[in-house]
Amino acid sequence: MNTAALQQTRLLRMAGIVKTFPGVKALRGVTVELSKGEILALLGENGAGKSTLIKILAGAFLPDAGDIFIDGKQLKLQGPADSRNAGIAVIHQEFSLVAGLNAIENIFLAKPIQTYSVIHLHQEYIRAKELLDKLGADFDPRTPCRLLSVAQMQLVEIAKALSEKASILVLDEPTAALTPRETSRLFILLDQLKKSGMGIIYVSHRLDEVFQIADRMQVLRDGADVVITNVNSATQSQIIKWMVGRDIEQSGVSKKEVPGNVVLRAKGLGNGVKVRDVSLEIREGEILGLTGLVGSGRTEVARILAGADIAEKGEITMEGRKLNLRSVGEAIGEGIFLLTEDRKNQGLFLRRPVHENFSIASLFRFACFGIINKAREIKAFLSHRDSMGIKVSSPFVRAGNLSGGNQQKVLLARWLERKGKVFLLDEPTRGVDVGAKEEIYILLRKLAANGNAILLISSELPEVLALSDRILVMHDGQIKGEIKDVGNATQELIMELAIQ
Amino acid sequence: MNSLLGGKISGWLAGRGMLLVLLLLAVFLGFATLADQNPNDAEAGIGLAKTLDGSKTVLIVVRPSEEDSIFAQAIENQIVGQNGRVVEIIKGAPSDARACLERLQKDGVKLDAIVCNHFTASWSIFENMATKFSGLGDVRIVEPASYRWPNFFKRDNLVNIVNQIAVIAILAVGMTFVILTGGIDLSVGAMIAFSAVLVARLIRDYGGGVDAHAPALIGCSIATVGICALMGMFSGAMVACFSIPPFITTLAMMLIAGGMAYLISDGQSIDRVPESFMWLGRGSTLMRIPIAVVLTAIIYLIAHLAMTRTVFGRYVYAVGGNREAARLSGVSVLGVLVLVYTLSGALAGLGGVVMASQLKSGAPTYGHMYELYVIAAVVVGGTSLAGGEGKITGTLIGALILAVIQNGMNLLGFDSNTQKCILGGVLLLAILLDGSRLKLIK
Ligand SMILES: Nc1ncnc2c1ncn2[C@@H]1O[C@H](COP(=O)(O)OP(=O)(O)OP(=O)(O)O)[C@@H](O)[C@H]1O
Ligand SMILES: [Mg+2]
Repeated sequence: MNTAALQQTRLLRMAGIVKTFPGVKALRGVTVELSKGEILALLGENGAGKSTLIKILAGAFLPDAGDIFIDGKQLKLQGPADSRNAGIAVIHQEFSLVAGLNAIENIFLAKPIQTYSVIHLHQEYIRAKELLDKLGADFDPRTPCRLLSVAQMQLVEIAKALSEKASILVLDEPTAALTPRETSRLFILLDQLKKSGMGIIYVSHRLDEVFQIADRMQVLRDGADVVITNVNSATQSQIIKWMVGRDIEQSGVSKKEVPGNVVLRAKGLGNGVKVRDVSLEIREGEILGLTGLVGSGRTEVARILAGADIAEKGEITMEGRKLNLRSVGEAIGEGIFLLTEDRKNQGLFLRRPVHENFSIASLFRFACFGIINKAREIKAFLSHRDSMGIKVSSPFVRAGNLSGGNQQKVLLARWLERKGKVFLLDEPTRGVDVGAKEEIYILLRKLAANGNAILLISSELPEVLALSDRILVMHDGQIKGEIKDVGNATQELIMELAIQ
Repeated sequence: MNSLLGGKISGWLAGRGMLLVLLLLAVFLGFATLADQNPNDAEAGIGLAKTLDGSKTVLIVVRPSEEDSIFAQAIENQIVGQNGRVVEIIKGAPSDARACLERLQKDGVKLDAIVCNHFTASWSIFENMATKFSGLGDVRIVEPASYRWPNFFKRDNLVNIVNQIAVIAILAVGMTFVILTGGIDLSVGAMIAFSAVLVARLIRDYGGGVDAHAPALIGCSIATVGICALMGMFSGAMVACFSIPPFITTLAMMLIAGGMAYLISDGQSIDRVPESFMWLGRGSTLMRIPIAVVLTAIIYLIAHLAMTRTVFGRYVYAVGGNREAARLSGVSVLGVLVLVYTLSGALAGLGGVVMASQLKSGAPTYGHMYELYVIAAVVVGGTSLAGGEGKITGTLIGALILAVIQNGMNLLGFDSNTQKCILGGVLLLAILLDGSRLKLIK
């Protein structure tokens, strides 16, 4: 079918959508239009209202005002089931997988393949495997989801949405945790779906992706439409200006020339499964990039170094002393901090206020004989809020009510507040918008310049290239290569090492 | 606009819903228990005597009770102070009054007034005084003025409510800590029985029995609370180190503590304890506030400060809110868990000591099913059974709601079986009225 003809038909129209939360006007009359066979990129700063708009389309929130039309017919959404029945499949920014169920069961949770309520287990297995293979997942679909890494969970979420025969697919930052390989597989799939007439809404903070796959884009700022345009008629810096409302200097980071002494050294680390014989050293004042494909064991290495998991083999030395870490508390006592990649399950206390989330790891700094000086705590939080641009109406808001990117900034602030020596940062900018990313890069460089050692785990290769002094590439639980001359390295070189 | 207002109301309710329920209950009981009040205390006596300033000779007639004696004494003092004369104070039955009046008439005494309270004033002997005892002169029968006031809001009743709930309220503090970490402690009811018989037995066997002195009583009480704390600590260690579900661990501890209570007491009530042991449970401080109430208030104050201002409180919320995140933030999850179960055990032990003191004995039947009332108080107070959310002030309100419902039903005269049914219903209703749940319906 010819694309021009397809675009004649308006698939979705959300008109004048308004949504207010106590104290926050998240959406102030946003209008979105989507045609068949097109990919619309939805852009905007952290907290601009993208996820809120999507949750309204998914029936998870009821809008205060505004109408939704599908194929010209008005749709009254009362709950997620209505949205699903109307042919809308949504991948939310925060995962909604059932931890105890395996990938297959999660994928078919809403619509099992069944006759008379009897589930066709084998058929589901085959179908799930097929979908996951297409996405480049290399784990057994029968693995319980609680054992999967964030990136693997993301793939399950995508497979779940694809398994529904939907006419509209919405993806809220699907690639935030994916490496280029999975991302490109996803894009091939999205392109096929688009050609078959599906309408796709795509949210991302990675602008290069937007140029790669989107047809049109719409920028939100503070809950209102700023610009709607064709992708070809905008430049990256223009988009950033629309998003933040001011100019952002990109790549203003400077690297340190001479790294200092080795702070942390690991030799022959192994845990029998995901990590096999990993040796590395991190120096004072250095940012060491660690990258590789999804499931290559990067997170597991960081967890061992942080005392969160116990290594079966190998030894860790800190400034020449042998460490025998048995708990996270011990590692923190040594000044080794881990920023987890899974902010919802392992990082945040979603129902507690933001300031408590921020200070939990450094309470002793604000306490005297166990009594917390709240004024000092709040003051410390506010200074981080300003330096990172955390968008939150007050420090007493529940962390769960923050937008994804702002949650990430709170977690990062938790560790920046505490004085340490080694920072193990697992996807530190996951879900963070372009403007704030630059700020964080500058903060991390400053952290390194002050003599800290940083291990930067990231799937976003431009980030790894821009920030790291050295890069290690992992594959299948082993370190497969080291790039010393980062200035002349390219994404292709890294991918070559990562895929082998 | 409309939704903004709705949001505000539900937001306000979410924090204070249970307080509202408590106030509603109080208002309801205020109306339902409205009754004629016939004051019969010293204050009423003095007031009444003042109205008799012109009367020179009076007779006081009251029933033979302690309360009436105080009333009569106050009147006598006041009248003497006003240069009047009290010929006699009769503390007895109508026949005593008749005998006295006849005697006075024979002696030719002239009376100005006979001072009664509401009960004695209605004796038929005082009807038609002018014809029956014309010799006494023109005698007025006076009693304190009555007024309408809810029985519920009488000072003694209010103090009584708090006193009755003290044990459950004390236990509910420990239970709040435990539930906030996502656990549960089923052993507290049995722990009351264990603690009560243990303290009674310690006093009987080692403290000196009925002749025990204060230091011995304090020592026995502290030892009991300490042993209960150790038992709590054991539960906590099982939960924390071996990841045994708290439900099972504390269920086992409930059986152990309950069984030991019978073993320690041979299944009997132990009551060889001195009068002075009742100071804790039934004694009063200045302004007639019971010691148990003061103790409860102090515990709540400390617990509230601990949960809102200290590192301990933060850690409890963190462990309950997201255990893995707490661990990765360097919180000693194990330490926090052991500590909250230890505190729960210690507070249950204290509750048992208070109960033994209130009842001046220790029996293995004490505290039966109390764990459920305690959990109800915590949950009604807004603490989530999933952990991580809740407040000590909420628990206090929850305990008070429980107490008010029970007290109200007593005042309204329901029998105990009806009371149970109503309590269940009102609890469900109360939880539904909580603002946070209203939002779910919307
Ligand atoms: N459940 C909620 N309760 C209160 N406020 C909320 C809630 N959900 C979102 N908000 C607020 O609404 C605003 C928009 O949030 P939203 O999640 O839509 O942002 P976003 O554009 O998706 O940002 P990000 O790029 O960080 O994911 C934010 O200020 C956020 O704090
Ligand atoms: Mg979002």
